[in-house]
Amino acid sequence: MRMALFWIFSVAALGSAVGVVGNVRNPINSALNLVVSMLALAGLYVLLEAQFIGLIQVMVYAGAIVVLFLFVIMLLNLRGSGAPNAETQPLVKLAGTALVAGGSYFLVRVLATGRAPWPDVDPDYGTTRAIGEALYGDYVLAVQVAGVLLLAGIIAAVVLAKKRLE
Amino acid sequence: MGDVSPFQFQVVAALIFMIGVVGVLTRRNMIVMFMCIELMLNAANLSLVAFSREIGDDQGQILAFMVMVVAAVEVAVGLAIIISLVRNRDTVNIEDASQMKW
Amino acid sequence: MALSTVFVALFIFALVLLVFAPIMTWVERKQSALMQDRIGANRANIAGITVLGLIHPLADVIKMITKEDTMPDGAHRFVHLISPFIAVAPAIISFAVIPYGGTYEMWGAKFTLCVADLDYGVLFLFAIGSIATYGSMLAGWAGNNNFGMLGSIRVSAQMISYEVTMGISVVALFMIFGTLRLTEMGLAQQETFRVFGFMEHLGWVARDTGWVNAITLPMWGILLQPLAFFMFLTALMAENKRAPFDTPEGESEIVAGYFIEYSGMKFGLYMMGEWIEVVVISALLTAMFLGGWALPWLSDKALIDFLLPRFGANIANLMAMVLGVSVFLGKVVALIFFQMLIRWSMPRFRYDQVMNLGWKILLPLSLANIVVTAIGILIVQEVVAK
Repeated sequence: MRMALFWIFSVAALGSAVGVVGNVRNPINSALNLVVSMLALAGLYVLLEAQFIGLIQVMVYAGAIVVLFLFVIMLLNLRGSGAPNAETQPLVKLAGTALVAGGSYFLVRVLATGRAPWPDVDPDYGTTRAIGEALYGDYVLAVQVAGVLLLAGIIAAVVLAKKRLE
Repeated sequence: MGDVSPFQFQVVAALIFMIGVVGVLTRRNMIVMFMCIELMLNAANLSLVAFSREIGDDQGQILAFMVMVVAAVEVAVGLAIIISLVRNRDTVNIEDASQMKW
Repeated sequence: MALSTVFVALFIFALVLLVFAPIMTWVERKQSALMQDRIGANRANIAGITVLGLIHPLADVIKMITKEDTMPDGAHRFVHLISPFIAVAPAIISFAVIPYGGTYEMWGAKFTLCVADLDYGVLFLFAIGSIATYGSMLAGWAGNNNFGMLGSIRVSAQMISYEVTMGISVVALFMIFGTLRLTEMGLAQQETFRVFGFMEHLGWVARDTGWVNAITLPMWGILLQPLAFFMFLTALMAENKRAPFDTPEGESEIVAGYFIEYSGMKFGLYMMGEWIEVVVISALLTAMFLGGWALPWLSDKALIDFLLPRFGANIANLMAMVLGVSVFLGKVVALIFFQMLIRWSMPRFRYDQVMNLGWKILLPLSLANIVVTAIGILIVQEVVAK
């Protein structure tokens, strides 16, 4: 069962990642493929028993970040990215595909050494409680810094995207 | 976990990362390039979470969470920059933003 | 997959799709009619029998299915096709984690009246709710229509703004109950607390005074966190794009906003999604704030212990289950009535008022709520520890 789920989610993630990159007609197609990719990755996280991270992936990435992408695409009213030959030439695409193919061959063949099996983790692994206790216990400084970073990001985004008040 | 080896997760993460790299290098639409950067961040997250499970320590998940936070901020600021760029130049082709090239 | 889970899932499926979804169209029409001092829709009949207008949902469905399904020129076909389903699916999936009863042991099987009793139940709802944004956002864009696009932009901005308040306003409730699991929240709300207990701790009255021990209130969410209840309700209604928050839908230049290019059953799906979401909101608020499936001052355990000597274990549990489900449904119906009341009595907000409310009023209030609740919890812990 887990093997089947893993294959389904992996193929979905990889297929939609290719869809993000290889889609020349419309940036919204790329954005929709990105959503599918995020959701498939969230499925993989839950398969890895990282429930909290999986849900946060859906909430933050698929539910807010890609919405932001779509919002910007709609706001700027981009329908199709201009001249098709402004996009990549076939030679570059071929080079890219060769890179990915070669890289995968390298990974699968050369690095496939024997790995240890999965260790047993306590049932509390990856739950909200465990992550919360770690975040607000050991890593509370990181949380505070993340808060400051988010504040800086909000201010920067508002200032940069404002229309000039002439 | 059944019969899925930890290595397979790393392969998936590496493949998504490579697809993202190809996207950033070959696409000319600013927003699609940005999406490929997000793909790369996600691939790194997947690798982190898979390793975290393999070791049994949840520090990898904490780091993945921080990566998500940083990615969210980066998207917000990056899209704001893209909006102002597009408003000024009226194009999303990144080749047109080449005034600082020597 | 135990048989009990299948029963539970089938029950909620039947309840939602076969009972609530059609009834909501009738409720909308009849309640608005009663509020506006008119009769409402009552002409639809089967062989001359009109049942207070309850045939109208059937007539509506037949009308919508037989209408022509238009696909505008230059529209993105695939996205136009799947957007209604992306809009409806999160509303229906949300029912999976909402408990409509407790755990009852009958005839050897344990029936937990919650389809998926997840450890992170409420977080799942928030995640699913954020996917719902796509249904509306893509709808307006896919129609190749300027008004639709404007509606899309408005709806996406509104929905992601209120997701923030939606999450933060209930954090204080999680702090008090200490769990994200909705069944546990329901069980925690069956306990009672003494209203005047603080007097005993302050030394104003002696220990174990009769009247201090007698005046108790159930630990319902709304009594512990009244501000969070109203903020959560507002945020959820704004997410649902109903009630006074339907700027994306009704306003965009008078035309129908983001589902301007939909006709027939796809339009019906959007409406259905909105109404099912109203039921989800009511069910969620009941489970978290209004004590779930239990009557006040009557916990499940006390009820079963009371009925056990008289009727035996199986029948006692069955009766408790029936009572629990009825109480839950009663509270849900009350909240649906309340939401319809708001929808038909308040004028639509202006778009900047919506954004103002979400970011400048509700978000700081919910953050202040968390701080005050944290201080309160610390004080209570200190005092009780003495």
